[in-house]
Amino acid sequence: MNATPWYSRTHAALPPLSRRGFLWLGAGAATAYLAGCGGGEGVGGAAEGEGVGGFSGEAYSGPDVTLDYWNGFTGGDGPAMRALVKKFDAEHDNIAIKNNSISWPDFYQQLPAATQAGKGPDVGVMHLDQIATNAARGVIVPLDDLAEALDLTEDNFAPSVWGPGIYEDQRYSIPFDVHTIAMYYNKEHFKEAGISEPPTDAASLDEALQKLQQAGFDQPFWMPNLWPAHLMFLSLLWQFGGEPYGGDGTEATFGSEAGVQALTWMVEQIDKGYSPTNVEADAQYTAFKNGDTSITWDGIWQINDLQDSGVPFGIAPIPTIGDEPAAWANSHNFFLPSGAADDENVANAAKTLIGWMSEQSADWSDAGMIPALNAAREQAAFMESPQYALKEQIGHLHFLSPVPGLGEVTPETIEVAVNEAVLGTKSVEDALADAQEDAAKLVEDVLEQYQG
Amino acid sequence: MASPTRRSDLAAWLFLAPYLALFVTFVLIPIVYGLWISLHSWDFMLPDKPFIGLDNYISLMSPDSVNFSPFWQSMQASAIFTVASVPLLLVVPLAVALVMNANFRGRNVVRAIYFAPYVLGVAVVGVVWRFVLDTNVGALNWLLGALGLPDSIAWLSSLPAAWVALVGVTVWWTLGFNAVIFLAGLQDIPKELYEAAKVDGASKWQAFRNVTLPGLRQVTAFVTMITIIASANMFGQSYVMTSGAPGQETRTAIMYIAQDGLQNFRMGQAAAASWILTLALMLLSLAIFAVFRDRSGGETA
Repeated sequence: MNATPWYSRTHAALPPLSRRGFLWLGAGAATAYLAGCGGGEGVGGAAEGEGVGGFSGEAYSGPDVTLDYWNGFTGGDGPAMRALVKKFDAEHDNIAIKNNSISWPDFYQQLPAATQAGKGPDVGVMHLDQIATNAARGVIVPLDDLAEALDLTEDNFAPSVWGPGIYEDQRYSIPFDVHTIAMYYNKEHFKEAGISEPPTDAASLDEALQKLQQAGFDQPFWMPNLWPAHLMFLSLLWQFGGEPYGGDGTEATFGSEAGVQALTWMVEQIDKGYSPTNVEADAQYTAFKNGDTSITWDGIWQINDLQDSGVPFGIAPIPTIGDEPAAWANSHNFFLPSGAADDENVANAAKTLIGWMSEQSADWSDAGMIPALNAAREQAAFMESPQYALKEQIGHLHFLSPVPGLGEVTPETIEVAVNEAVLGTKSVEDALADAQEDAAKLVEDVLEQYQG
Repeated sequence: MASPTRRSDLAAWLFLAPYLALFVTFVLIPIVYGLWISLHSWDFMLPDKPFIGLDNYISLMSPDSVNFSPFWQSMQASAIFTVASVPLLLVVPLAVALVMNANFRGRNVVRAIYFAPYVLGVAVVGVVWRFVLDTNVGALNWLLGALGLPDSIAWLSSLPAAWVALVGVTVWWTLGFNAVIFLAGLQDIPKELYEAAKVDGASKWQAFRNVTLPGLRQVTAFVTMITIIASANMFGQSYVMTSGAPGQETRTAIMYIAQDGLQNFRMGQAAAASWILTLALMLLSLAIFAVFRDRSGGETA
């Protein structure tokens, strides 16, 4: 078992960023950046708004502290993080790190409660689309001073990872990586079927699948109905020009014509016999590892796990089934929890860790991730990694809207619709229409909860 | 005169005190606090927790609210599971207990085998059965295919197969516990009664009907009650094995409450839902209690 399916429930709740949301956030980013210029020069009190402790960029030099560091790297990404922590420990005599990896769903459940009870971490990593929710709920505190001290601005990062880290004009996160879904294929199957290049669009994928079937691989593309089915759906939705949520997250629009096209295509793969029906949780991934299926779309964080499994896999951007290339993405971000903000030494030590980690972005490629820092993507650590094959896809990533509370709508609606349609218990149109109706009510509810 | 009573009162209270303290701290206070939470729009991290009276309850009860259908669908799922699993969890363990109670070589081995699954955690049980029941690569469908039976049943993602799987796994997992309680009850029935029945020329079936079953009445009432409560509170099996699929049809009430309260942070709403579930279970328990009471009263008379 790998850790990813568990990541699904809440991580699934992780909204990407729409194009409209992106522009809106871009504007927000600019504002926040200007606001950030006002303070944070190592002065404590005055910098309250920009970040506790007024971090100056110098490494922490106070008395010895131990930092509780929380993250959700329980899968193939765990060893890479532990290696980084060890290296940091060796380089910093006065800061000891207690690394605590909790599966993401538990992480998002425990973090607010632990922080509230004063038992929370001193520093941590969370997903980009969770930043706004946790900022709104007072779980995390602003980091403008750190971003400024490190000279980090929107220009330093991959497109659209900077904006969603801003909530009400303040920066709450330092982006670490970008992760997306990719197409994994079995190289030996491809060779036997005489496929020389990984497919890039609907026609070439269909052709490849037919060749695979002729070569004796009866069901070359198992279609999941649980994780990561909704990530496939979202990617296809964007490819067909749709948006899951419109109006900056105030309305649900995934049931549009684009949504119907996206989900119909997924169901068709079963109808055409490329996939068995009723693929259970994780079965498509297990089947791929066992060589029972030839192609699967899954997160790039599975790279280490696939390498360990010994399956001869190749990795390529997901084909463009719709009108334009697009893929779901999310990003891991460092944050400072409100509990750590009470102690200036802890806060500054935590910021030292974040700054140091950010500098190691390239080495984080070992976890199967794509570094968020542009400079790190030009270093050998990334350019020699398997995921370098996805470099073209980086320009076409879409993040769910970072609207507080929106993360809880997706599992209750989009995931349900995808599940029902792929299982065939409802037609594509009905599944999407019903889910969109539910989503409309939920979105209203959530807006009320976070504005009230 | 009054002092001995008072002293024995005191002694009784002293004996009760440790449990009472735990009961008050971990059961009574949370229950009452839960009631208080259910009257608010409650998110423990947000500074504002407005008092909204019975709005949470009203929203769960009004068909046009966003919470109505997911909540009642989950209640329905719990009800289906309870109705399907409780009779099996009474009859099968009783039969197993009768076998365990008989005198034969290897009796202790049989007892251990039947009780063994119960010591496993729900996560272990769920994950193992998920592999066994997988539609396309699972052992069960492979076995069915080898026997020439239909081999493409979606045990975890279609209805009613998913209910068969969930109930079946639960019976396999927990029958040992009920069987042990039945066994204890069987061993409490005086041997003389069976001898008397034999003397009267009763058949095995008649002895079972007229000696064993009446002798187990109290035990059966207890087992019925705890089994209903356990089944109505089913969570782990659905969570691990089906994730509530297909759609949200196998998402049980507890699973809905946990997601609503702990993942979506609508604790007021979740507390109200818990209270509705609790009241339903209390009423059901009273009904069961009455059923077993009446009959015992009737027969002793």
